[in-house]
Formats: sequence, structure tokens, C-alpha cells
Amino acid sequence: MPNLPIYLDYSATTPIDPRVAEKMIPYLTEKFGNPASRSHHFGWEAESAVDAAREEVAKLVNADAKEIVWTSGATESNNLALKGAAHFYSGKGRHLITLKTEHKAVLDTFRELERQGFEATYLDVQEDGLVDLAAFKAALRPDTILASVMLVNNEIGVIQPIAEIGELCRERGIIFHVDAAQATGKLPIDLAQLKVDLMSFSAHKTYGPKGIGALYIRRKPRVRLEAQMHGGGHERGFRSGTLATHQIVGMGEAFRLARLEMDSENARIRVLRDRLHKGLSDIEALYLNGHPTQRVPHNLNLSFAYVEGESMLMAIKDLAVSSGSACTSASLEPSYVLRALGREDELAHSSIRFTLGRFTTEAEIDYAIALLHQKIGKLRELSPLWEMVQEGVDLSTVQWAAH
Amino acid sequence: MFNPVYFDHNASSPLDPAVLCAMLPYLSEQFGNASSRHEYGRAARRALDEAREQVAQAVGAQPSEIVFTSGGSEANNLFIKGVSATYKPGLLAVSAIEHPCVIKPAEQLLKRGWMLRQLPVDRSGRVEPNQYQAVMAQRPQLVSVMYANNETGVLQAVETLASAAKAVGAVFHTDAVQALGKVALDFRQLNAAGVQAMSLSAHKIGGPKGIGALVLDKRLSLEAQIAGGGHERGLRSGTENIAAIVGFGLACQRATEQLSAQAQHLLTLRQQLESGLDKLGMILFSQDAERLPNTVYFACPDIEGETLVAQLDRAGFAVASGAACSSANPEPSHVLRAMGVAAEQARGAVRISLSGQAHCANNAAQIEQFLSTLSATRLKLQRLNAMAV
Amino acid sequence: MAYSAQVLEHYENPRNVGSFAKDEEGVSTGMVGAPACGDVMKLQIKVNKEGIIEDAKFKTYGCGSAIASSSLVTEWVKGKTVEQALAIKNTQIAEELALPPVKIHCSILAEDAIKAAVDAYKKKQTASAA
Repeated sequence: MPNLPIYLDYSATTPIDPRVAEKMIPYLTEKFGNPASRSHHFGWEAESAVDAAREEVAKLVNADAKEIVWTSGATESNNLALKGAAHFYSGKGRHLITLKTEHKAVLDTFRELERQGFEATYLDVQEDGLVDLAAFKAALRPDTILASVMLVNNEIGVIQPIAEIGELCRERGIIFHVDAAQATGKLPIDLAQLKVDLMSFSAHKTYGPKGIGALYIRRKPRVRLEAQMHGGGHERGFRSGTLATHQIVGMGEAFRLARLEMDSENARIRVLRDRLHKGLSDIEALYLNGHPTQRVPHNLNLSFAYVEGESMLMAIKDLAVSSGSACTSASLEPSYVLRALGREDELAHSSIRFTLGRFTTEAEIDYAIALLHQKIGKLRELSPLWEMVQEGVDLSTVQWAAH
Repeated sequence: MFNPVYFDHNASSPLDPAVLCAMLPYLSEQFGNASSRHEYGRAARRALDEAREQVAQAVGAQPSEIVFTSGGSEANNLFIKGVSATYKPGLLAVSAIEHPCVIKPAEQLLKRGWMLRQLPVDRSGRVEPNQYQAVMAQRPQLVSVMYANNETGVLQAVETLASAAKAVGAVFHTDAVQALGKVALDFRQLNAAGVQAMSLSAHKIGGPKGIGALVLDKRLSLEAQIAGGGHERGLRSGTENIAAIVGFGLACQRATEQLSAQAQHLLTLRQQLESGLDKLGMILFSQDAERLPNTVYFACPDIEGETLVAQLDRAGFAVASGAACSSANPEPSHVLRAMGVAAEQARGAVRISLSGQAHCANNAAQIEQFLSTLSATRLKLQRLNAMAV
Repeated sequence: MAYSAQVLEHYENPRNVGSFAKDEEGVSTGMVGAPACGDVMKLQIKVNKEGIIEDAKFKTYGCGSAIASSSLVTEWVKGKTVEQALAIKNTQIAEELALPPVKIHCSILAEDAIKAAVDAYKKKQTASAA
């Protein structure tokens, strides 16, 4: 029997790989220098560790180390990319584009930019969660300066066609930002090929530590940004603040491992994810959220109709999963991502995100399958909606007593 | 084995082993995201709450007044940009010796229509009271004066300055990054005097790099500078760095507990160092001002600082020339320039910053060894200079 | 979300789950809430000739607190007259289950469910009297 609760929430955060932690420890002990200290060995030692890690991050995405700027995480990277580019290029235009299903770090930043006088378009996605390229193209305007589309969605795991979007943007001289926080280590990223100008990364979604991330800033053609954090002029002036050497070393090692192990790891995870999906497929009124194949192998997002999400989380507390995105689950709102797919509220309320990862085992998946069968059955027995549906009532015709 | 003596604790200080022990679980099995509702997430949330209490207690604040940031630089940026965003552009006053992460964001406000006054300091590096009053008479909206300077260690009369700011309705902030763990900080008392915000950092006091906090009077409104998810009461978004926050909490607690015990030890070492430097004919800065017990700032009259620190590094002493954060910058220290020190002399400045914390405490033997090395190095460099001529 | 022991107990062992047979005598049904809001409660009461609630059953689509609130209500209404049942207030439910402020709406919904069931009962009475 596996250890409980079983962690199936790898998109919220991943454990630090023990090999990564091992690399970090010396920088938490004897190698404690400030990488900005230029007058002694302790500083140089830290600086060279930072440089080596920068190389590793660059290598995973086929970029140049000079194009990588450290931040405190993907949220800061997204803020820096979007505000930094919007402000720098505001003389060229005031229009920005993104999708309704982006992470809050992008959406909230867009709203802030709107308050500052920019105009934003939030594009709908199709029922499968993917952006409609024709709709994207149609939304571009002569005064559009910046577009932001995530590579992999955090809730439903779908992979957006960023290569095609990049072409559309580059042709028009629009700066294209991609939030790749959920993508590293899950699919190959080649920035030499992709026409992406800015890309956000996070360490703690890829078996690295929390509190560290990076922003890719293209050098050819050169992309300019206005810094958002000012001070000692670290990171070539893009981002000031003492570099957290141990965290940077951790991110470098995490990204190195991702580069080396991605192919075999993803094949293994895909088998487990498919096993989970297949094992649950005999449950009635089960819906898959997001495109069936254009998604990362780690993600399975299902709606168990007529069962409410929070009570389901309670029932399956032996599984650490999320209902909606980790960042929004403190609220009682149904997931805005699922609503954007056009899911009815009761299906959005009934969704569970399973995200698998490096340490997920077959025994854990089998346990999860058995537990879900049992608990979904119990909750449906409790559900008046399920009873009505069994009796042949079409719920959409019911007049609900609002309260 | 080459085992250099570390005299650069104001740049960054080694992690306290007890702090590392507290952090390790959060770098391994306790990996949850504090926003997650399952047990992994709730465990992270509990650790976050506990660390917030430790930080608050160490500085005499309420846990709800602590906003975690990625470090001191971000805390200072957050105050300047976040509070100014809630005001119509007006006058902002910062001392001339602030860290660049206060001065640069302050300069950014010029683009938004703000006026900036730099508050001058006297020859010892203290904010000059008459000129301070004159600026207050112009009714600034925001004032920022650091608690202790990173280069000279000089302590400002923060409560007096804050009261004067409060009297004209200004919001007063102090960067206490260098003061934390070296002198007692009581935010309640400071707050009563008029301090409404205070920046802190972990890695100068035996905590990890990459974490800091802004202590904030809750009556003060502030606009978040990093959006997305609404963490830290909506004032600072981004997944919380639990391991670092746990480390910060314990480091605050331990540094504060050790504070009075170390102070005497540090003062003795400082006395030993300063009298030795004096005998060698070194110029000591800010010697007559009230200072942190751990910081000594001096210049060798006839030798360039960069050359001297390079030689000292080779001889096994890690010291700083000017502030660590701006040592990429060949310009002479803006702090010394503000104190009226000639550019040439400022270029020769060397900073020694000691630690009294048990896990990395400096001692009298190291000071003695340093003084004799310095004397020898100086002779050697003087000879080289003579030959070059 | 941390649930109280009382909520957990009702959630793990809900009382009186189910539905009465369609044509069972004396049964009145109240259904409140909406799927879009994340909770729907169905409360059925079986009232005897003396106007006393002999039995009650529920089904709830909703969070743990909603399930616990309705489970608790089925216990409380049994043996009461319909008028006494109407006197049950949401604050009593919230207190009994130690509901946090964000879950108070669950207790309100449970109170509404009682009202709806009693309303249905009274309508039936009026109809049969007519």
C-alpha cells in the first residue's frame, strides 16, 4: 500500500529532486559568498556557480546564457516581461493580447496594465482549451505591441501552438511572451526555432526549489525591457537584488536533469496517466477537460458530473490533488479556465486535476483508481442531481430556486 | 588548506547551521505549495504562519504586518513604488547614503512626475538635522532614511527623523537590512515615532539568500508590484518560498536572542581593530558617530582600495572595497562622497564587517593577524609604487 | 480548508440519506440551491396526521459543510411539528457544526430547505382541504 496522501499535484509544485538538493547544500554552508562581491574568493566562487547554472537553464531551451535573467519565480518573470515590454514599447502602441485561460500572474498583470492606460484583448479559447489561430490573427491590430500566450496550461495541460503564434507576431513586429512555467521538462523547447521574444520559467515546477525563476530575453533580434526592480544593477540592470546562489544552483541542476531525462521520464509518466484515465473511464458521466492529445503527459483533468468538487476533495483526501488551480483554490469560484472552455458551472465545480510526476508509481495510480470508484459512487448516492438525471430529468430545464 | 578569514558579513553572512536544519525538511519531504488545500499545502501554510510570527516577534511587529519578499532590494522597491502609486506625484526625500535599491527606485519616480530631494549627511555620515528640517518644511509625501548604513555602519536617529516626518504628514520608511540582528529593533516603538515601513533581509543575519520582508503599518495603503494570485494579502504575489521563509524566521529569532551577548564581543574586536589601524596611520571613517558594533570603514592614504583588497584576498582576508552590491561599479563610494570625502581617498576605502554570531564569530587572533598582514601588504605595495615611479 | 470535527463526523456518516418512494403518503419535498452556485439540497419530510414530522431524508450536492448541514437538519426535524421545525435557525446549525464564516451560507441553505419542505407540505394541506 502506498504512502498516504498520494501526491498527484505536481502542477502546483514538485518536490525538489534529492540530486538537486544535494547540489544546493554546499551553497547553504561553506560556499556562502555574495555573487556580487568582487573583492574575494567567496564572491567569485558564488558567481561562477551562478554562471554555470545560467548555462544549464539556457541549454534546456536552446538559448544563450546571456539571454537568461534570474528572478524570484515565474510570477515575477511574467510581471517583468509584460510590464517591462509594455512600458518600453508603449510609444509604438497601446494594445495587448492574451488568452482568458492564462495564469493569474499574466491576467492580473494585464489588468494592472489596463489601469495604466493600455488596452487589452482577452481571447476566448476553443472547447478543447486551445486558441483558435484565426481568431488570434483577427485580434491583432496595427497598434498591438505585445502578446502573451502560455505554452502549457496549468489546469488542463493543453499545449498552445506557440510556433504558429510566434510567426504571426514576428511578421508584425509584435513582442511575443510565453509563460513556460508548466512546460519545462515536459516537452522540448527550442528557442532557436521558436519566434518567442520573452519566456518565463519557474524552478519549483521542475523539481527545483521555490523562490527562483528566470526570464528569457531574446538578443537577436534584440528585445528591450524596462526593469521593474531597481538597485545595484544586478542581472545587467534587468533585475536588481542579491542573487540567491543556492536557489540558482538548484534551478540549474533541476533544468540539467530535465534536459537529460525528459524523454524517458515523459514516456513513463504517459503510461501512468493513461492507466489512470483508462481505469476511471467506466465511471458514468465523466468528462475530460482539455484537448485529448494536444496536452502534456502529466495532466489529467476530469469532471465527475453531479458531484461537487470540494466534497469530492474531502472524500478523496488520501489523494493530494487540486480542484481548480492551486493559486485560486482558496476561493469558492469555479475554475475560470474551465468556464472559458464553455463548461457548465456544475461541471466546472466537479473537476479534479490530477498531475503526475517523477515520483508517481503504478501502485499509487491503482490505489487512486479504486478510491475514486468507491467515493464517486458514494457521493452520487448523496447527489440530488444524479438522482434527477437517473430519473431522466434534463437539468437545464429545471428552474432552480436561487438563494 | 587555504582557509580565508571572512570579514565581509555586511555583504552576506554564512547560514546558521541550526537554520539549515530547520530548512532541510522544506527542501525535501515538506514540499507543498502553501496555496494547496491538501495536507502537503496545509503543512506549508503552517510553517509559513509560524515563520511570520518569528519574524514579527524579532522586530516587535504583528505577524499581519509582515509582507515576505525576495529580499531587501525588493522590499525597498515595494515600499517606494508601492506607496508612491497611491499618491498624486509630489515630493520624495531619501538620504544621500541610501543603498542603490532605495535611490534607484526613487529616481524612477521622477518619470512619474515626482520631485526627489537627497537628504545630505555630515562628515560622519549622519543625516544633517538642519537640512533635514528644511526639506521637511517642503512637506514631502515620502521619506526614506536607512537605519544603519551598509558601508560605514552609522546609525541614524531614526525615531527623531521619523517624528519630524510624521509632523508634516509624510510617510516614513527605514531600510533596516543592516540593522537587523545587530541592534535591537522595535517596530511598535518606531511606529509610534512615525516609522510606517521597514525593510528586512535574511542573509545578513545567518539566514538564507533570496528572502526578506517589508514590515508595514496596516493603515498604510500600498499597491502590489508583483501581481498574480494575491499572495501576501494581495501585496506580493508568487508561490511562497517556504524553505527560505522558515530559515528567515529562525534566523531572526536566533540573531535577536544572541544580540546582546555579541554586542560586547564585537565592540572589543572593533576597538582592537581600530586602534591597530590608527597606529598604522589609516584614515578611519565615521569613527565619532554611533555605529553598528561590527563595521569598520577605513582607507589607506597612499594605496588604492581595489589593489589593497586584492592583495588582502590573496593573503587570506575577505574584505570589501565599497559596498558589495555596487562593487561592480568602479566609481568611488557614493556614501563617502556624500560625507565629503575626496574621490581619491574614497577610492582607497576598505570595509571590514565582522560577525559575532556563534556559528561564524570573528575573534581577536584574526584581527591581530589581519593587522600584521595589512602592515606587510602596505609596505610591499609602497615599494612597488616606488619602483614604478 | 480545515473542517470541524462535527462537520467531518456528519460528512463521514451522513444521517438519513436517500429519498422516499414517489407516492409515499405524507411526504413533502423541498429543493433549494442551484448547481451553478455549487450546492443543491433536497430535503424530504414525512408528516403524520398530527402534523408531526415522523421521518426525514436528504440528498445534497455541495461541499462537506452543506452535506453536514442537511444531515444535521434531518435529525433535528424528526419528532418536531412543522411549526417547531420552522423555528430552526441557521445560526443554530452553524453553531452546532462550528462552521467558519465562509460556510455560513450552507446553514442558510439548510434553513431554506426546511422552509421549502414545510411550504410544500402546507400547500398540499390547503389543496386537500379545498
